Amino acid sequence: MVTRMETGPGQVTVYLSGELDHHAARPLREQIDGIAERCGAKKLRLDFEGVPFMDSSGIGLIMGRYRMMCALGGELQVTGMSERLRSIMRLGGLERLPIFPQQKGEHNETDQ
Amino acid sequence: MKPINELRLEFPSRSANEGFARTAVASFLAQLDPAVDEMADVRTAVSEAVTNCIVHAYPDRIGPVIVQVRLYRNGRVIIRVKDRGCGIPDVEKAMEPLFTTGGEERSGLGFSVMESFTDRLKVTSRVGKGTTVTMEKYIAVRQP
Repeated sequence: MVTRMETGPGQVTVYLSGELDHHAARPLREQIDGIAERCGAKKLRLDFEGVPFMDSSGIGLIMGRYRMMCALGGELQVTGMSERLRSIMRLGGLERLPIFPQQKGEHNETDQ
Repeated sequence: MKPINELRLEFPSRSANEGFARTAVASFLAQLDPAVDEMADVRTAVSEAVTNCIVHAYPDRIGPVIVQVRLYRNGRVIIRVKDRGCGIPDVEKAMEPLFTTGGEERSGLGFSVMESFTDRLKVTSRVGKGTTVTMEKYIAVRQP
């Protein structure tokens, strides 16, 4: 479920909460897409800080939003994921997508 | 070998039961005192198996989902998720990562997740009869 949203110039951040499974995915997707459409923002940020559990339905949801933002010429960012959620993202190969903003202390492999 | 404890759940294939099923299995497993990660592995794997029944076994009707958990000595756990739905014509194909018949919003990673979060996965299916997913997981026995 969406607990909070913040809009800035050209961007919107949607804060998710609760367990993200197949049951939760559809209403959540509709909420996110509704917000993205209303704001018309080029940058959509999804924050997972309040999501303690996610299965592969979460991967489907993120992939869908990524495709949507790409089709709109925009950008998707995903933040606040626990190590557990990141490990599920890795299974789906989503670590390779440019959706994780660089965090403090993290470096690109190309950085020296 | 006889199980030291056993749980059997049956519920209709309504998506609201996905959360119930994984939480019930995790609660039952609590008697083995699993680590946080082991518990999360099982919750995720059960969620995937039950979701498959709801999305694929009964695409246009509600049918029974049976979850059976057996605990053995040495922390061995066998979880069976069974349906009496449409069955899978090609199990090998269905288990390929990213393969899905669930449409755009499904990732096709359900079996991959089950495979990587358990120690063994077996899928048997008969078209028109149903599918049984058997997962084996070892919970580390912690010395007092």
